[in-house]
Amino acid sequence: MLKKLFMLIVAGFFLASCAATKTEQGGDVDAASASSSSGGEITAGTQEDLIVNVGDRVFFEFDSSELTVDAQATLDAQAAWLMQYPDTNITVEGHADERGTREYNLALGDKRAFSVYSYLAQAGVDTNRMEYVSWGKERPEVIGSDETAYSQNRRGVTLVSN
Amino acid sequence: MIKKILIVLFFSFKANAALEVTIAQGKVEPTPIAITQIFGADSDTSRYGNTLRQIISNNLTNSGLFFTVNEDLYIQSDNLVEKVPRFEDWKLIKAQFLLSADVSKSDKGIRLRMRLYDVFNGKEIEKLQLTVPNEDLIRRVGHTVSDIVYERITGETGYFDTRIVYVSEIGPLDQRVKRLAIMDQDGHLDSHQFLTDGKNLVLTPRFAPNNQIITYMEYKNNLPRVYIYNLKTGEREIVGDFPGMTFAPRFSPDSQSVVMSFSDPNTANSEIYLMDLNTRSLSRLTNDSGIDTSPSFSPDGEKIVFNSDRGGSPQLFIMEKNGDNIKRISKGRGVYGNPVWSPRGDLIAFTKLTQGNFHIGVMDTNGNNERVIVRDFALESPAWSPNGRYLIFHRQKRSNLDGTGGEVTIHFIDITGYNERIIPTPRDGSDPAWSPLL
Repeated sequence: MLKKLFMLIVAGFFLASCAATKTEQGGDVDAASASSSSGGEITAGTQEDLIVNVGDRVFFEFDSSELTVDAQATLDAQAAWLMQYPDTNITVEGHADERGTREYNLALGDKRAFSVYSYLAQAGVDTNRMEYVSWGKERPEVIGSDETAYSQNRRGVTLVSN
Repeated sequence: MIKKILIVLFFSFKANAALEVTIAQGKVEPTPIAITQIFGADSDTSRYGNTLRQIISNNLTNSGLFFTVNEDLYIQSDNLVEKVPRFEDWKLIKAQFLLSADVSKSDKGIRLRMRLYDVFNGKEIEKLQLTVPNEDLIRRVGHTVSDIVYERITGETGYFDTRIVYVSEIGPLDQRVKRLAIMDQDGHLDSHQFLTDGKNLVLTPRFAPNNQIITYMEYKNNLPRVYIYNLKTGEREIVGDFPGMTFAPRFSPDSQSVVMSFSDPNTANSEIYLMDLNTRSLSRLTNDSGIDTSPSFSPDGEKIVFNSDRGGSPQLFIMEKNGDNIKRISKGRGVYGNPVWSPRGDLIAFTKLTQGNFHIGVMDTNGNNERVIVRDFALESPAWSPNGRYLIFHRQKRSNLDGTGGEVTIHFIDITGYNERIIPTPRDGSDPAWSPLL
């Protein structure tokens, strides 16, 4: 019981720190308000809601666009959330780490974005609500030339676009 | 009989160049050349003369094939355009060649006269006169004279009167502002110009091989697509009407088509397409579930080298211009990318990631004789000089969690692996590409 509570606290801390990191293209989350708004100020159906209560991103292995088991679980939750807010449209961004050529990583980023997009489509999200785009290695989430940074940069991010 | 004629021709060709330099011979001892003061009749023309001497001396030294003999050693100090030099004086200071020039104003503009002498053989080997309408073209005069000297002495085509287009970078690494920029091949600040305003992300500019048009990729309205940019007219135009991402563009050798990758929006799989810029007709060249990208034509237009992970990891492949007969050519271990066919046709430059480092190397067109030219943590985007003797590329430093590091610079290197130097840019620079001779 104590253990479970501890895990919840850790999870809550992790999500808050996720929200406090900087935002993706077009997704302007006010980091300070997101981390301090656990009191219930988050508007349902927004990017902030997605980040804090569902998880806006999935991570990939090196040079892979296959969804891991963890990624699939996150996307199941994203699909359910998107069903709950049927007026919400999204753009899925695919990203790569810096250890590949610019052009190959554009192609890889596109495959990653599409993996997320097609998983959500199969889970029942209308494709008219979704777009996807590759940013290759051009927009890292974490700056740094080590595996810690790379593992967070190989990602697919779901952005609320309306 | 035929053989004899060939030999004669060969020798006469050889005799044409005062110094034969082959790429195979590795490190070349730079040839000493003396460049006299470039004389002017008044303060303007003297100033042009100083600028010209500096441009020519820098160009020749930067090529790695020459060094300029220190001016302080010169015994003879006259203008040698109209008078025979005292070759003994120049032999004494070990100048193998001697360049003298002067500048004057004429009713047509600014006139340069120059003479090039072979000191050891005591004879004139080049004499010419160039007139430009105004001062704005002084740098080009310097580059043109450099090309003539380089060609006359080495027997190779020059590359100095050329430009480099590249991506200028500024700002935090996770929100880089990237602009297309262009400069003379020597990176001189006076020649530097931005081509885009930084509003949209731009990547991978490449020159057409025989005109002043570039192709590149831009995220306009967040849609990544291939564009062409006419540097003469300033016109920009999207290449084709594609429903998905287009990227990795390069011109065909006749500059009439663009070969590039198109990512099918129904599968996100990248295939290589050729678009004829005149007819706008499109042909698909590859058909495989792997990534196919970074296509580059052979200079005869018959073949295309490209990057594909169809066999598992990214490797280099060659196909016919219509997509037939695909063969893997990369043989070594590691992740290959960025193949670029030399304008001489004999070599393919590439990048390779292995053992934690990037390598830029060259290989024969069948993949044999792979040779690493430079190795570092992050190297990318090799591009050939128009004469196929040098490569430019970019080098990026490691970055750190606190946002420091990650500086990216443009470099020049002889394909023998010697004579590397930075080409200066006002901000960080990446994705360099070389223009043809102007």
